[in-house]
Amino acid sequence: MLEIKDLHVDLEEETKTILKGVNLSVEAGKVHAIMGPNGSGKSTLSYVLSGRDGYEVTKGSATLEGEDLLEMEPEERAAAGLFLAFQYPVEIPGVGNMTFLRTALNAQRKARGEDEMSAADFLKMVREKAKNLKIDADMLKRPVNVGFSGGEKKRNEILQMAVLEPKMCILDETDSGLDVDAMKLVAQGVNALRDADRGFLVITHYQRLLDHIKPDVVHIMADGRIVKTGGPELALEVENNGYADILTEVA
Amino acid sequence: MALDDRKHSTTEERLATMTVPDVGCTAQARQSALGRLRAMGLPSRRDEYWKFTRPDTLVQSQAPEASIFADDEKPVFTDVDRLKIVFVDGVFDPALSDDLSLSGVEIDRLEDVCCTDDHWAEDLYGTLETKGQTPVERPLAALNTAFAGDGVTIRVTGKPTKPINLIYTHEDETSDVFLHHVVRVESGAEATILENGPAAARFNKCIEIDIADGGTLHHIRAQGRDHKRRAVTHLFAQLGRESVFKSFTLTANGVLTRNECVIELTGDDAVAHVAGACVGDGDFHHDDTVFVTHDAVNCESRQVFKKVLRNGATGVFQGKILVKAGAQKTDGYQISQSLLLDEDSQFLAKPELEIYADDVACSHGSTSGAIDEEGLFYLRARGVPKAIATDLLTLAFLAEAVEEIEDEALREEINGRLAGWLERRRG
Repeated sequence: MLEIKDLHVDLEEETKTILKGVNLSVEAGKVHAIMGPNGSGKSTLSYVLSGRDGYEVTKGSATLEGEDLLEMEPEERAAAGLFLAFQYPVEIPGVGNMTFLRTALNAQRKARGEDEMSAADFLKMVREKAKNLKIDADMLKRPVNVGFSGGEKKRNEILQMAVLEPKMCILDETDSGLDVDAMKLVAQGVNALRDADRGFLVITHYQRLLDHIKPDVVHIMADGRIVKTGGPELALEVENNGYADILTEVA
Repeated sequence: MALDDRKHSTTEERLATMTVPDVGCTAQARQSALGRLRAMGLPSRRDEYWKFTRPDTLVQSQAPEASIFADDEKPVFTDVDRLKIVFVDGVFDPALSDDLSLSGVEIDRLEDVCCTDDHWAEDLYGTLETKGQTPVERPLAALNTAFAGDGVTIRVTGKPTKPINLIYTHEDETSDVFLHHVVRVESGAEATILENGPAAARFNKCIEIDIADGGTLHHIRAQGRDHKRRAVTHLFAQLGRESVFKSFTLTANGVLTRNECVIELTGDDAVAHVAGACVGDGDFHHDDTVFVTHDAVNCESRQVFKKVLRNGATGVFQGKILVKAGAQKTDGYQISQSLLLDEDSQFLAKPELEIYADDVACSHGSTSGAIDEEGLFYLRARGVPKAIATDLLTLAFLAEAVEEIEDEALREEINGRLAGWLERRRG
């Protein structure tokens, strides 16, 4: 599904290398988690994959089902099936949540040569998906993320994921700023989307999210590289001993 | 204070080319307007209120030519059930207009305001314009009162079932037009007035609106189409107790537009909202000059002006809230913002507050900015192509102004116009 090979990335504005040769392969139907200390490059990886400005790829490749992601505009990556759940979802005053969702869905369908979804079908589909995430009609009507609580913003990200049905989902610290109940709700939303054709890459600081979204593979990232890969037990090791032991061990 | 020689000679030169028309029972008002104009002189670049907008082409004797908009785009409000009053290059056209009778409103052509039958408009023509000359002079409004060749008087006595649409079509590339309308909304009455059309190569329009206690008037206007047209408009409104006035203007295209709006809240608990959404591309200069005076207790005023400018377009906002002594519990709000789509465009703003009462809440803000990059990336990351995402954010920027239109169908009509305008300019 997602293949990242020897990915090197610099910041555009300053001469600073953030990613120093990332290798990662996420298969369809699997959940991979990336953990790592602050500044290890986890969020940068998610931004580079989704096409945010400000980064320069100096070496390596990233493909989604064989298609070169790095050559695509952000909207083309989305249409190809890539989805990033933002760590800090952006507030867009003046654009209604429903308008936003519908514009996004139909733009993707159009880009894939599919028919646009009718207003009635769309409304029915969104209402049902929103219900599962406890997103009420008022939240759907309000401008995108404006005045939403931290939990509401993250639930709104998952709603977008549910509506857009991407092939490859990247969750960037989706647990940050969430209380336990909110985290459970978000995790349920993600788990409902797990299926054999969809891949997940879950970026997190803490093991606790992984109690609710059970990963198949856990990677530890440090200083711009993936330094260790293992099963779910690796997350528990981090939880118990911190990153220091692992980093010493691989150094 | 005597006029300087240059101003005096410019004014007299212009006046020498013009003849005061004999229209309706307005001769006296026209002569006094002429007197006011001679005392003020026509505006020049050195005048405080014309610093940001060159008045030259509005003042010169000959109107610069303006070609006619060649496009099959349907004029705005076409699908609205309305009473049409059509002026072709400033001349009322009965054939293109609807029958002027409508329940709840009396509409007359200005020339039918006869001195012998004591027409209500006789006392209003030029009166609010005269009041509106202090503390800021508006010589082009006095010029209008003196020289307006046509116009209508509208007296709202009830609640007409459909809006009154003043339509100004433009056929003559050199037309130089003065129109003057007088509106009175009687106590408890309510109406909507729509205005649209390019009107002329050079258009000078004045509308005086007197709203009695408990009256309500909605005013929605669209200025668009012809790229080379020039316009200066004045709106003078006086609001009685518990009356409501809501005015919205969409401006697109036009090489020069100056919209002056002068509102006086004279009765307690009155509400006045003026809003404008303007989109400019290239050789485009748009000026909103607004003056709201609070002269009664517990009144509310809002000024919401948003401008989207690209390819070197210029936007101007001069907005003032004056709260007179005794106008306690005033709630005044003013916002003027521009979205600059490139570095060649500019926005010049002069927000002013002048407050002589001590128990008031007045806020104002003015900003210029570019498209929000974070928002743009967020939309694109969800699959929305850059051009569509930019338009969506641009419409969102304009939304606060457009939302001042209460009627949903009219609001959507205006939004559709703005969306179409942006879509035609996608790269």
